Amino acid sequence: MTPSPITIFRARRILTMNPARPEATHVAVRDGRILGTGPLEELAGWGTYTLDDSFADKVLMPGFVEGHSHAAEGTFWRYTYLGRFDRMDPEGKVWPGAQSIEDVVARLQEAERKLGSPTESLAGWGLDPIYYGDRRVVRADFDRVSTTRAVGVMHASGHIFNVNTRALEMAGLLRPGVNHPGIPLGDDGLPTGELKGPDAMTIVGAHIGFDREALANDEDGLRRFAKLCVRQGVTTATDLANLLPDDAVSMMARVTGEAGFPVRIVSFRRFQALTPEQVVDLAVKLKAKSTDRLRLGAVKLFVDGSIQGFSARLRWPGYYNGAPNGLWYTPPEAISGLYKLALEKGVLVHSHTNGDQATEMALDCLEGALLDQPARDHRFTLQHCQLADAAQFRRMARLGMCANLFPNHHFYWGDQHYETTVGPERAMRMNACATALASGVPLAIHSDAPVTPLGPLFTAWGAVNRRTASGRVLGTSEAISVADALRTITLGAAWTLKLDGEVGSIECGKRADFAVLEDDPLEIAPEKLKDVRIWGTVQGGRLFPANGA
Amino acid sequence: MRRARLPVTVIGGYLGAGKTTLVNRLLRAADGRKLAVLVNDFGTTPVDRDLIVSSNGDTLEISGGCICCSYGSDLMDVLMALPERQPDVERVVIETSGVALPGMVASAVSLLLPYRIDGIVVMVDVETVRTMAGDAYLGDTITRQLSAADLVVANRCDLVDETSLQETLAWLALQSPAARILPSTRADIAPDLLLGLRDGAPPRLSATLTTPGAPDAAALYESLELDVPENIDADELGRRLSAPGTGVLRAKGVLNGAALHVVGQRFEIDAAPAGAKPGKLVVIGLRARLDRHAVAEALQPRLSTSLRNG
Repeated sequence: MTPSPITIFRARRILTMNPARPEATHVAVRDGRILGTGPLEELAGWGTYTLDDSFADKVLMPGFVEGHSHAAEGTFWRYTYLGRFDRMDPEGKVWPGAQSIEDVVARLQEAERKLGSPTESLAGWGLDPIYYGDRRVVRADFDRVSTTRAVGVMHASGHIFNVNTRALEMAGLLRPGVNHPGIPLGDDGLPTGELKGPDAMTIVGAHIGFDREALANDEDGLRRFAKLCVRQGVTTATDLANLLPDDAVSMMARVTGEAGFPVRIVSFRRFQALTPEQVVDLAVKLKAKSTDRLRLGAVKLFVDGSIQGFSARLRWPGYYNGAPNGLWYTPPEAISGLYKLALEKGVLVHSHTNGDQATEMALDCLEGALLDQPARDHRFTLQHCQLADAAQFRRMARLGMCANLFPNHHFYWGDQHYETTVGPERAMRMNACATALASGVPLAIHSDAPVTPLGPLFTAWGAVNRRTASGRVLGTSEAISVADALRTITLGAAWTLKLDGEVGSIECGKRADFAVLEDDPLEIAPEKLKDVRIWGTVQGGRLFPANGA
Repeated sequence: MRRARLPVTVIGGYLGAGKTTLVNRLLRAADGRKLAVLVNDFGTTPVDRDLIVSSNGDTLEISGGCICCSYGSDLMDVLMALPERQPDVERVVIETSGVALPGMVASAVSLLLPYRIDGIVVMVDVETVRTMAGDAYLGDTITRQLSAADLVVANRCDLVDETSLQETLAWLALQSPAARILPSTRADIAPDLLLGLRDGAPPRLSATLTTPGAPDAAALYESLELDVPENIDADELGRRLSAPGTGVLRAKGVLNGAALHVVGQRFEIDAAPAGAKPGKLVVIGLRARLDRHAVAEALQPRLSTSLRNG
């Protein structure tokens, strides 16, 4: 039997993340895996090869690993993008940021003109009115788009809808006497069209095309998500909170198994409506269904809500603007129970903790669980973990926990954190990447796409520069070096998924997953890191140019 | 005529307070009423096996025509679909998760037109509630739960001595000054308090407490049936009966074509059900606590100053 063919890629520079050989010019690939890096003469020893010069002027890095994203980013592109900042869609078209409410309305009007039936609903996403001054968006704004069809727009945070009068009518909310903290009323005693929080949003969601059925099991959305991954150099991406019903698992297995599917999807089962026993049992069964490009069997837990939604649990002294403390999403008994059982069965658990009190609770629960069920290499990870202080990072290190921090927040909400939610001091230490590394906590960083755009190099830029949208720099002492940032978006994230033996560096035995870059991230100025141009990816030895094929 | 909205009872309280026991008790006491009981998950709220007729994923069919659904994080979706899925449901009981705030849940449910909040019941374990309220993580959740209660069920009274019970009841009264507080053991409160009084029929308190060892309901509760003068305003009557100090746990009256429902500190006016007998008011309270004088006074058409200030 003849061995499979060998391809040797020549590149301008290969940044391997392998400390024994940090840089190289060639990488040899066979059967979708890496034979080795080095000068051509060394690699020629593997046997007959084809030399591929496609990347002769490009820089290769290990394929980026997005440790906290949601495939829903692909779904959202079916709606009209209305964000304040430029954003690239899966087809590579850059949608310019909307500069004003007027601009937002104009875009919706344009999208409206393309619709057929006069009753079809119209949805948009990414709205961020904080950039448009003090004026709130009200239903009259979107009544200018249509009075016959429901029009609704999700805010960038994902926690608020703004809708038109017709949508309120259809949801039965255009009436006096509505009494709900998430539904402000106008001078006429009727809702203004702003709907905050999941309950209020659910009621109109179905009428504007944001219903759960549209969002669940979305095959086209998964394909669009994969295209976005290619554009951002991502070869392994998490889909971090999925309920994974059987039909969704079958769809995902089929689509990811197609010869041309370019990403490894790591989908976590959300801990919800099940006991710890049930979810751990399910995770074990799901794990057995894993394939190379669909990894199952881990669990995602929500401990609290979000900081900008004031639903995160903060320790004393709480929110800077005096808002009441946030909400617990899971009781500590359930967290402890899940941790203990998951440790026993070897099931990986990632826990969403935004506020520092939620982080403390998760640490307490894991410490207790580890006493009952010692485990040496559990890699339980705190996701977001945005407000953790130095003492908490030291505890995380001792307990063997990893952190996946959220530096994109500095840019998108840093000014709000500074001025409103947590105040200057804590805004300066939020997402303390430097402290995490100094404490020995294995570190990843993430986008939480679609909350912020998928793009590990942008996230790395956020961790290096800590710059807000207004240009404020939040805490230079927590900035990390470009080299450290690049490690967190490759090996760092892979470690938190227990995939660091397979991906995250370019070395013998690992998957041939590369981010193919036009610019060298170690040569470009650190403040330009987000502007590094991306050619596409190589995944399992297969070439995926972002613009083409 | 406008259709009466479906009454919704929200049951909140931390883990171990007895919510599951109460839910099972209500299902057992439904007595022909078609209840839809919505629980966060069946794992933490096991329905007694002998009550289950059949099971279909997230829905259990319960003997006597009730159903039980788990909703996870999709309570609003489940409620929106319910009237079409189960058109014969007469009443909804929502058991919230241990860390949920029942006041927030009620406020969300009130956005849905087919429903009205009948009452918010918060259960506590009298043995642990004060310690829990001091917990760094959970204390504010416990006190926020209590502050939204119409009725507080102070459960597991058999586990504490009398002095400590009285201290805890006094503490609870401070946490929810307007709520009615009901001491109980094994959640043995009269189900009619939560499931509602039936039209035309006298309160069936004695028939609903069949648990061996449970105290005699007739000894615990008192019910009054009164004639309502024609010229009384339903809104005003509701305000008076739900005012602190009347001891009214539940009241129902049909007057001027509307139905008045009182549960603890809450009252709602809704369309009168078809065939309801007008001009009658039924009131239930704890035997020692129901202020007959205040109830009689509430039915006086002219306001007395004391009630206005009460």
